[in-house]
Amino acid sequence: MALFAGLAEKLQGTFQKLKGKGKLSEADVKKAMREVRLALLEADVNYKVVKDFVSKVQERAVGQEVLKSLTPAQQVIKIVNEELTNLMGGEQSKIKIASKPPTVIMLVGLQGAGKTTTAGKLANVLRKQGRRPLLVAGDIYRPAAIKQLQVLGEQLDLPVFSLGDKQSPVNIARAAVEHAKNHGNDMVIIDTAGRLHVDEELMQELSDIKENVEPDEILLVVDAMTGQDAVNVAQTFNEQLGLTGVILTKLDGDTRGGAALSVKAVTGCPIKYAGVGEKLDALEPFHPDRMAGRILGMGDVLSLIEKAQDSFDEEKAKQLEKKIRQQQFTLEDFLEQLQQMKSLGPMEEILSLLPGMGNVKQLKNLQVDEKELVRTEAIIQSMTPEERRRPEIINGSRKKRIAAGSGTRVQDVNKLLKQFNQAKKLMRQLAGDQSKLAKRMSKKRKKSGFGLPFFR
Amino acid sequence: MGFFGKLKEGLSKTRSGFVDRISNLVSGKREFDEDFFEELEEILVQGDVGVNTALELVDRLRDAVKEQKIKETERLYQVLEQSIVEMLGEDQPLNVGAKPSVIMVVGVNGAGKTTTIGKLAHQFKDQGKRVIIAAGDTFRAAAIDQLEVWANRVGTQIIKHQEGSDPAAVAFDAIQAARSRNADVVIIDTAGRLQNKTNLMKELQKVHRVINREDPAAPHEVLLVLDATTGQNAISQAKVFKEAVGVTGIALTKLDGTAKGGVVLGIANELKIPVKLIGVGEGVEDLRPFDAEEFARALFAREED
Ligand SMILES: Nc1nc2c(ncn2[C@@H]2O[C@H](COP(=O)(O)OP(=O)(O)OP(=O)(O)O)[C@@H](O)[C@H]2O)c(=O)[nH]1
Ligand SMILES: [Mg+2]
Repeated sequence: MALFAGLAEKLQGTFQKLKGKGKLSEADVKKAMREVRLALLEADVNYKVVKDFVSKVQERAVGQEVLKSLTPAQQVIKIVNEELTNLMGGEQSKIKIASKPPTVIMLVGLQGAGKTTTAGKLANVLRKQGRRPLLVAGDIYRPAAIKQLQVLGEQLDLPVFSLGDKQSPVNIARAAVEHAKNHGNDMVIIDTAGRLHVDEELMQELSDIKENVEPDEILLVVDAMTGQDAVNVAQTFNEQLGLTGVILTKLDGDTRGGAALSVKAVTGCPIKYAGVGEKLDALEPFHPDRMAGRILGMGDVLSLIEKAQDSFDEEKAKQLEKKIRQQQFTLEDFLEQLQQMKSLGPMEEILSLLPGMGNVKQLKNLQVDEKELVRTEAIIQSMTPEERRRPEIINGSRKKRIAAGSGTRVQDVNKLLKQFNQAKKLMRQLAGDQSKLAKRMSKKRKKSGFGLPFFR
Repeated sequence: MGFFGKLKEGLSKTRSGFVDRISNLVSGKREFDEDFFEELEEILVQGDVGVNTALELVDRLRDAVKEQKIKETERLYQVLEQSIVEMLGEDQPLNVGAKPSVIMVVGVNGAGKTTTIGKLAHQFKDQGKRVIIAAGDTFRAAAIDQLEVWANRVGTQIIKHQEGSDPAAVAFDAIQAARSRNADVVIIDTAGRLQNKTNLMKELQKVHRVINREDPAAPHEVLLVLDATTGQNAISQAKVFKEAVGVTGIALTKLDGTAKGGVVLGIANELKIPVKLIGVGEGVEDLRPFDAEEFARALFAREED
């Protein structure tokens, strides 16, 4: 299977011969656009959307001066990325609040997109913002759909409104809004049954719900893995209902997610949230700029960095920097770093956010050895505090004791000590750099914490 | 409309769609020129065939046109259809000869696993087979209840444990029950999982291992349920699930919408996994054996046809 190498790489190849050229010629740009087109299609962006996009970018790029600091390839990527980010729009994770409560939110979409789970997650997000959401079981068709929402409500300790499966969804929605008014719920989230956009009868049902409860938000829930059909689906739902936004689900997978672009392009609706896991707290504000990078195959490096940042305390970073500068970086700090890395989540998952890493074979070659992380941890934990602070005192007999205590071999202890010294050196270099470590931590683009030698 | 009426109507619809669309491409005395091939590529890509596979097909056709000096539309789409059918490989029925036959059903979240199991159980029952279904999705909220509704609807027995229990234990019990109750088929539901979740894939392997330990010939089928709406990620799904649990066939669901599910072409071509079943609706009857020729024609059908 042809694994898609990052677009950046491909373009680099295309432009190898063009180094130092002043302006992007039409021929150069055309060649580059071929790669861009393929990248977007491979990422499942709709064919027509790609066509429009490519011709627009081509127009803009031809004749452009190549900036001194950039190679022609970088220049093209810059333009492509800018246009893509433009198209994706700015960040808009706000739910429109009704001037007179309750605010009514309706979730719609195809079967299996993830509406019910998303309803639960959204309620959870809104509660954290101080709201009092009411979940409404409006899917009377799918077996146990009501029960599913009720279970989620229980897990979240949030109320779920249901009239069973004998009442029409329109009646249920209407009664739910009344119920919310009487019970002080300022948010009503209506889960609806999944349906095909070509099912006229069921689409009419949604229109009827809309007419009866006048939702403040009608959000289309779209599976991030959706292919070319995303435009048909989004367009029909939008025409019929007038969507106010989109929620993209299953983004924790390894899909490139071109559907995001297709849906945005045909509806003009902002993508407000992204579902990133099965747990009920796995709903995040959607970041259009990062999605642009992901679709292009440049990897969601920013997401990764932010994840790293969340678990890396700024204060601690400063302390660490000081220690490194004063050459006091100890095995204890090393252990702490390791634990931070672990708290980022399974390494494979993090790596799979990078382009091409979703591919298992590739992962195997580049894998972060989690077993080794665990082993390293065990070894350090078997040391005395004194040994952790001053590893130079660890002699042969100490090594034997540590190995026995951690269930490893003396070679493993040796290897760790060597790694530690390398890390120490590396960190000294980092700290010695103009940009200080702490600064790097707060700067989004640097891969702090990943300079450790755990990549095989 | 009855079952056959529905099917026939669907078929004739897609057949004329295919012919019309290709004829449209070449109408106005158009040559089979580059524009033509580009439009053909467009149709394929829009059916989620994927650029690489689409280009491969178009190249084959281009060669055939040159070599065989093809002039007529009729002949051209014969060749095209044939190439697609070739790529898809021979139609293969489900392997359910053994008693009990064990079918394990896997796939990403929301693909249509549970529903497909319901329909499949119904089909087996219609054939006079004794069916046991196993509620192996012990994770998702109300997944067990969902399968239970299907069991009641279809009239089959169900083996279930508590939510949160070990899915491998459910599979184990189901096989035991099948033996003691003399069942013909055991169908095992599993929780949806994204293929890049290593831990969840390992859990699935464990289920597979336990089944296999019970009966070295089992599972006789490992069905990967694919949503036809899915784009190129389906290739990664097929690849990873195949590596993990040896997928033996694909059930392609939601073909009653406008999505074509063309990605299975690439999957069949590269991974040699045959499509065995298609889902065309949410009702008990809405499951069909896969027919490569019909599928090829449907790729070129349009909504308005
Ligand atoms: N239109 C249509 N809908 C389908 C088809 N197959 C399944 N569905 C619907 O898709 C939705 C998801 O189906 P499920 O069977 O629950 O999918 P699943 O893979 O078991 O989902 P999880 O267990 O949550 O991962 C349900 O609303 C089904 O009714 C089909 O062939 N056509
Ligand atoms: Mg299920």
